[in-house]
Amino acid sequence: MSTAPVIVDVRGIHKSFGAHPVLRGIDLQVRAGEVTVVIGPSGSGKSTLLRAINHLEKPNRGSVSIDGELIGYRRRGDKLYELKEREILRRRTRIGFVFQNFHLFPHLTVVENIVEAPISALRRPSGEARERAHALLARVGLSDKADAYPRQLSGGQQQRVAIARALALDPQVLLFDEPTSALDPELVGEVLDVIKDVARAGTTMIVVTHEIGFAREVADTVVFMDDGVVVEQGPPGDVLDHPRHERTKAFLSKVL
Amino acid sequence: MTSAAPASPAGTPPGPPTAPPGAAPPAKDAAPRSGTEDLTEPKVVPARHYGRWAVGAAVLVLVAQFTHGLVTNPAWEWEVFFRYLLADSVLRAVWVTLQLTAYGTLIGFALGLVVALMRLSKSPLLAGVAWAYVWAFRSIPLIVQLLFWFNLAYLYEELGVGIPFGPVVWSFGTMHLVGAMSAAVIGLALHQAAYAAEILRGGFLAVDPGQLEAAAALGIPRLRQLRRIVLPQAMRSILPNAANEIVSLFKGTSIVSVMAIGELFYQVQVIYGRNGRVVPLLMVATVWYIVLTTLLSIVQYYVERHFARGADRAPAPTPVQRARAFVRTLTSRRPLAPLPEKR
Ligand SMILES: Nc1ncnc2c1ncn2[C@@H]1O[C@H](COP(=O)(O)OP(=O)(O)OP(=O)(O)O)[C@@H](O)[C@H]1O
Ligand SMILES: [Mg+2]
Repeated sequence: MSTAPVIVDVRGIHKSFGAHPVLRGIDLQVRAGEVTVVIGPSGSGKSTLLRAINHLEKPNRGSVSIDGELIGYRRRGDKLYELKEREILRRRTRIGFVFQNFHLFPHLTVVENIVEAPISALRRPSGEARERAHALLARVGLSDKADAYPRQLSGGQQQRVAIARALALDPQVLLFDEPTSALDPELVGEVLDVIKDVARAGTTMIVVTHEIGFAREVADTVVFMDDGVVVEQGPPGDVLDHPRHERTKAFLSKVL
Repeated sequence: MTSAAPASPAGTPPGPPTAPPGAAPPAKDAAPRSGTEDLTEPKVVPARHYGRWAVGAAVLVLVAQFTHGLVTNPAWEWEVFFRYLLADSVLRAVWVTLQLTAYGTLIGFALGLVVALMRLSKSPLLAGVAWAYVWAFRSIPLIVQLLFWFNLAYLYEELGVGIPFGPVVWSFGTMHLVGAMSAAVIGLALHQAAYAAEILRGGFLAVDPGQLEAAAALGIPRLRQLRRIVLPQAMRSILPNAANEIVSLFKGTSIVSVMAIGELFYQVQVIYGRNGRVVPLLMVATVWYIVLTTLLSIVQYYVERHFARGADRAPAPTPVQRARAFVRTLTSRRPLAPLPEKR
């Protein structure tokens, strides 16, 4: 497993909001096909880290590269040149992002939600994009909802559509920010099942979640973050069952 | 003639009826017409709104008196009214009014879109210029602005294209450029743009920022985000305000009568200046303004409905659909189907 190439390479990311440091030097490597689960207390900077990875948040220092290509900058010599928005948008299509609150486009049908980015960002022909959308909907178990509007779906169904929408770009890595936190307890399972299925198919992903059971079952690596730094990381058996740091122990004793 | 089907429990849902107050309660029709009362489903006696009925009757009397006055008072001179309502000169004036409204709206909202986007841009210079534009054109009374444009030739005899502060390459006289009609269109459009900019900006701000974030995360190009994601959602809050603006522009075109442009109000004034029949001719203008505003309101209803798609779980029926459904229930004598809830 550890021989696979590194897809996501986060180096020394710092981010402050005003005087308040939120990320204080984060390093993280994710290899192709691996699932990394990030856990940590509220306010530790997990969302900010994910948003920095796809450059929704511009880090103050440090760099993120996806498959060897920097996100947000171009390196020439020993200088980094900031990219224009157009190029950043193009590079973002390699990264799928699933939000806590789904953020589906409410005025577009399910299929239209899914084909929008492949058509407009990747310039795929519309027929092809639609075919693929229907295949993805079948995969998340929503074939019959293709022409529904998001508000006609349950929360769990909406999140599954959001996952299909992210997958439609064939991203090299999929980022999930607490994908089940906005859901009623009985809907959490169906979304986690879809994520597990996507993970088993070999998609590289980083998942921020409070679902420790999910982490144990699916993660190749568990990362524990606190106060803007990675406190410890390793296989779930180590981090979740034999944590070495006091802060990890304290956090796990609260959520388990 | 007892129908075979007993009152089906599904036909009359228990609980408060969804029909509007005053409509016959659905339970009445659905109740079995035979003598045997269904004891599990007691008959619903509608509430008696004596106060509401009394006020309603009083209002009816007032309306009837007013209408009677309109018809019988000879001072309204209805035969004059009907003579001029569809007169050629009036129709031509209506056409001018419509043109002024259309140009004012189209140019105004196009320019307003540019100003709104400038105001929302990350460049402080562009945002500042946009702010100043809105400030200036909201501060100057429309009539003053119109007269400025009308008198442009007095301020600048020639306008030219060339190098800024340098030699002029090509120039033309303002006399030919700005006739009364173009002065009016320019004035109305610039004025409208300031208001349109604020309406559009408000609409954009009302869209959940998460929508833009999701679009950005998907790598959707910037212009496409605006056109496909933001604008359609912003339309929901833009439309009612925009319709207001268009209606007030439509009536506001009467202000250009000061520039002797033959729009509706000016034309009517010309006619009653000649024949002295002030009241019936004002009625001609009034009726035209009302009819056209009504048409616009109908268009507005359907456009709003179009942009509301996805917003409701089940869209409410249009008035036409509702009327048809009502006629159908009258002819088929079936209980009224409950209307989908409107939100
Ligand atoms: N745009 C912002 N402006 C100012 N402060 C921010 C901003 N975004 C995040 N923060 C702050 O950064 C800190 C980390 O936020 P972040 O959302 O990354 O935490 P988190 O680990 O995802 O927490 P949670 O588990 O509650 O989602 C918080 O203290 C938050 O208040
Ligand atoms: Mg978070």
